[in-house]
Amino acid sequence: MQTQLQINGRGYALNADPRTTLLDALRNHLGLAGSKKGCDHGQCGACTVLVNGRRINACLTLACMHDGDEIVTIEGLGEPGRLSPLQQAFVNHDGFQCGYCTPGQICSATAMLAEIEAGWPSNVTQDVAGAPELTPEEVSERMSGNLCRCSAYPNIVDAIMDVAKGKRT
Amino acid sequence: MTPFHFSRAASPGEAARLGRDGATYIAGGTNLLDLMKLEVMTPDRLVDISRLDLGGIEATRKGGLRIGAMVCNSDLAADRTVREDYPVLARALLAGASGQLRNKATTGGNLLQRTRCYYFYDTAMPCNKREPGSGCGAIGGVTRLHAIFGTSPHCIATHPSDMAVALRALDAEVEVENADGKTRTVPLGDFYRLPGDTPHIETTLERGDLITAVILPASAGALQAYRKVRDRASYAFALVSVAGVMRIGKGRIEATSLAFGGVAPHPWRDASVEQMLKGQEPSHELFAKAADALVANAVTHDGNAFKVPLLKRTLTAVLAELTGAKQ
Ligand SMILES: Cc1cc2nc3c(=O)[nH]c(=O)nc-3n(C[C@H](O)[C@H](O)[C@H](O)COP(=O)(O)OP(=O)(O)OC[C@H]3O[C@@H](n4cnc5c(N)ncnc54)[C@H](O)[C@@H]3O)c2cc1C
Ligand code: SF4
Ligand code: FES
Ligand code: FES
Repeated sequence: MQTQLQINGRGYALNADPRTTLLDALRNHLGLAGSKKGCDHGQCGACTVLVNGRRINACLTLACMHDGDEIVTIEGLGEPGRLSPLQQAFVNHDGFQCGYCTPGQICSATAMLAEIEAGWPSNVTQDVAGAPELTPEEVSERMSGNLCRCSAYPNIVDAIMDVAKGKRT
Repeated sequence: MTPFHFSRAASPGEAARLGRDGATYIAGGTNLLDLMKLEVMTPDRLVDISRLDLGGIEATRKGGLRIGAMVCNSDLAADRTVREDYPVLARALLAGASGQLRNKATTGGNLLQRTRCYYFYDTAMPCNKREPGSGCGAIGGVTRLHAIFGTSPHCIATHPSDMAVALRALDAEVEVENADGKTRTVPLGDFYRLPGDTPHIETTLERGDLITAVILPASAGALQAYRKVRDRASYAFALVSVAGVMRIGKGRIEATSLAFGGVAPHPWRDASVEQMLKGQEPSHELFAKAADALVANAVTHDGNAFKVPLLKRTLTAVLAELTGAKQ
């Protein structure tokens, strides 16, 4: 099955069995191993990537369903020497221990902040019709799709809040 | 995953014809692929319907809302009209899954997601839903997630959707197109089937039927609430959930509709409970009476008997929230 993918601004031609998930395509076919496989069932968020600007679980989607889509992985957000603000904030705040969940956390947080900017409510937003506030509680709820077995959660939330506040002011 | 042939439908009609000939639709893929990886579902042909022109959220002429089958759960929850006029729906959607999953999960796929019964997921175990006639692993087994209403001796599974519970309280209808190009609408109350002795048949859809939209009537009440109780604060399925829509006038409950999740094979409603509340002045005695009536016919197992008191308390809390009565 032939699929054209635009990943981190570069075109890739993938030729793979239709069973190939986007995650396996990235890691095993295209040499982009930054996205991690934790559960392979949508339960942990380690595989989070951005597709056309939105965060999704790359393990629960077929690569062949993304013909022509724009995909951004952790490799596309920044690299040593030019880290994205969230990548830098995770370093500053020690937002990890083993680091396995970190690429997914950072991709997820990148899109999550855009969702708040766009005014999307969450399950903890008091007034579902109003503008969401930027609080640690909101961030935790919105990041609940990213598990961290090392339980670095307090520092992850601090790192995200730092970047979020910078954006708002 | 077992091998399959993959194609992309160019039109709803083409999808429905392929569906009639035995192909399985894939929309967001978040439930289907999960089950295919475990070989709980083993379709040999997949039709990608995710790029069909079935998006959009539009006002209907009757003052309601038409939600395209391909609208994803996050767009639906963020929609201005949904947030203002159908907050119970926005709340239910936001209580489900995660930000990543809601970006993929579609309106149609959400309605048709399969049960989370552990034995259904485990191909080494008997399950009448997965393998008709093999028995039910849950009965006599671990039943924490299982139903207390509408079950049969063949299956006690729950429907896991939060969205469907809100839609049921809102009296939604499902718009369906078949392979002959005919469109019909099915009230959500007639959409799901109870397990009986055929738990593998879950809806009244026919082979090839394609969900094209969900239609909401004009909002039946400004007072709306959704409460979900689960094992962790977020990103977990409901143990029980309650969706409530209410109208109050002159200090009395004029009308209310209540739907219950996590307790039955489909979003559960009980007309007698709604009737009992109608015309009454809100009070804790009234709420307690309604809660008792709701669970009067519950059938429990060792692992899910806790759902009876939990459901009563959750209903009481929702009624208090809707009416503004202090707990
Ligand atoms: C970890 C995890 C946690 C979750 N937590 C929750 C939760 O808390 N609450 C909740 O409600 N849900 C939860 N979900 C489930 C999620 O909501 C569903 O997976 C999702 O809604 C399914 O939509 P989809 O578009 O991805 O469906 P798909 O997987 O694409 O399809 C599901 C089924 O519907 C059929 N189908 C899809 N679209 C149509 C159509 N238009 N017409 C006819 N048939 C169609 C498919 O053939 C398939 O059989 C969770 C899922 C995961 C993986
Ligand atoms: S409850 Fe239903 S889904 Fe679960 S094992 Fe029994 S038959 Fe299967
Ligand atoms: S690997 Fe995709 S969610 Fe866990
Ligand atoms: S840092 Fe180890 S899993 Fe999150």
